[in-house]
Amino acid sequence: MGGFTLWDIVHGLLLGLRWTVLLALVAFLLGGAVGLLLLFMRVSRVAFARRVSKAYIEVFQGTPLLMQLFIVFFGLALWGIDVPPWLAAAVALTLFTSAFLSEIWRGCVEAVPRGQWEASSALALTYSQQMWRVVMPQAARLAIAPTVGFSVQVVKATAVTSIIGFSELTRMGGMVANATYQPFLVYSMVAVGYFLLCYPLSLFSRRLERNLHAARHH
Amino acid sequence: MTYHFDFAALAPFWTLLAVGALRTIGLTALSTVCGLALGILGAVSRAWRLPVLRTVFGVYVEIIRSTPFLVQLFFIFFGLPSLGVKMNAWEASILAMVINLGAYCTEIVRAGIEATPRGQFEAGQSLALTRAQLFRHVVLRPALTRVWPAVASQVIIVMLGSSVCAQISATELTFAAEFIQSRNFRAFETYFVAAGIYLILAIALRRVLLWFGRAVLSRRP
Repeated sequence: MGGFTLWDIVHGLLLGLRWTVLLALVAFLLGGAVGLLLLFMRVSRVAFARRVSKAYIEVFQGTPLLMQLFIVFFGLALWGIDVPPWLAAAVALTLFTSAFLSEIWRGCVEAVPRGQWEASSALALTYSQQMWRVVMPQAARLAIAPTVGFSVQVVKATAVTSIIGFSELTRMGGMVANATYQPFLVYSMVAVGYFLLCYPLSLFSRRLERNLHAARHH
Repeated sequence: MTYHFDFAALAPFWTLLAVGALRTIGLTALSTVCGLALGILGAVSRAWRLPVLRTVFGVYVEIIRSTPFLVQLFFIFFGLPSLGVKMNAWEASILAMVINLGAYCTEIVRAGIEATPRGQFEAGQSLALTRAQLFRHVVLRPALTRVWPAVASQVIIVMLGSSVCAQISATELTFAAEFIQSRNFRAFETYFVAAGIYLILAIALRRVLLWFGRAVLSRRP
């Protein structure tokens, strides 16, 4: 093994795993904030806001994350900004995540029965009262399970940032594999790393789905 | 900001972009057909609780859905040769895409099969349909029709995800873009145009798939 112990490999991969987790958290939180803004635009009464939000979602869902990453990486540089890979990674993943989250959440808002709008309008609530007091609380409950489910996609999406040189799990895996000449072992361990992050999240999401769904029938 | 955009710097390379786009389309078409077939097999195994196969597909689905496509691709291209399984970039790309799409399709199609009411099956039996007819007309077609929009979305995600295949030197659209920007030194313009081509492909692909769903799947015989 040329002087590399199993522990050396694991240690290298754990260093990368840290950045995978951190990047996923940043993308999820910032993407959630931008996604919420997009959601309000998407369901607003202003046609222009709806159109802008729809175009944004179409563009970021219809182009590869890798292209978004390259455009941010090279595009920010055109503005004279020195772009470290982590910055481009965080910006691109935030844009990507926000588009998907806002679309998921729109589905939840629309899943709130029409009658809820009608009933609250019959009670003479204003639009913002209807939105905040009646529709959003119900939509939020519906949104929990798919949002947790989508966090799995965010964790997996961080792997692509290895291509612009961000030292997360996949890139550390590539470097360790080159150094040890053990690509089979190393990439298996990289896959296990992602599995350990993602599988519990998807189990959790499924459990939430069952519990929240069951509760709705009572 | 004094940067001057120069999209004309791309003009001499338009054939490379066109060829790259065609290869991305080819890669996607082949993976869709094989991935969907694999997914149908998996869905039937899971929905009908076939012994052994159902466990195999269950483990397969969880592993693939919990790991990034890029890692699956690297595992196949860089990892498998240690076991004596060598592949060129295209074979590895197609295999990775089929395996990836197959896992998602297993879950999507299974949801469609399980949503078909039992009574439909019994009605088919009482009409003395053969097993093959039952499978085609009562199980598969209604299931696919029901979940076709989800299948279409997944195919588009896989098509867009194939851009990372350039990393193992499969000469598809992203590879063409990387090659061009190394020649004309116009990275931003080149990737911007490449992203635009992907967007057009994604929109066109959605239309084609949804048309297929309407015209072929849900057509009344």
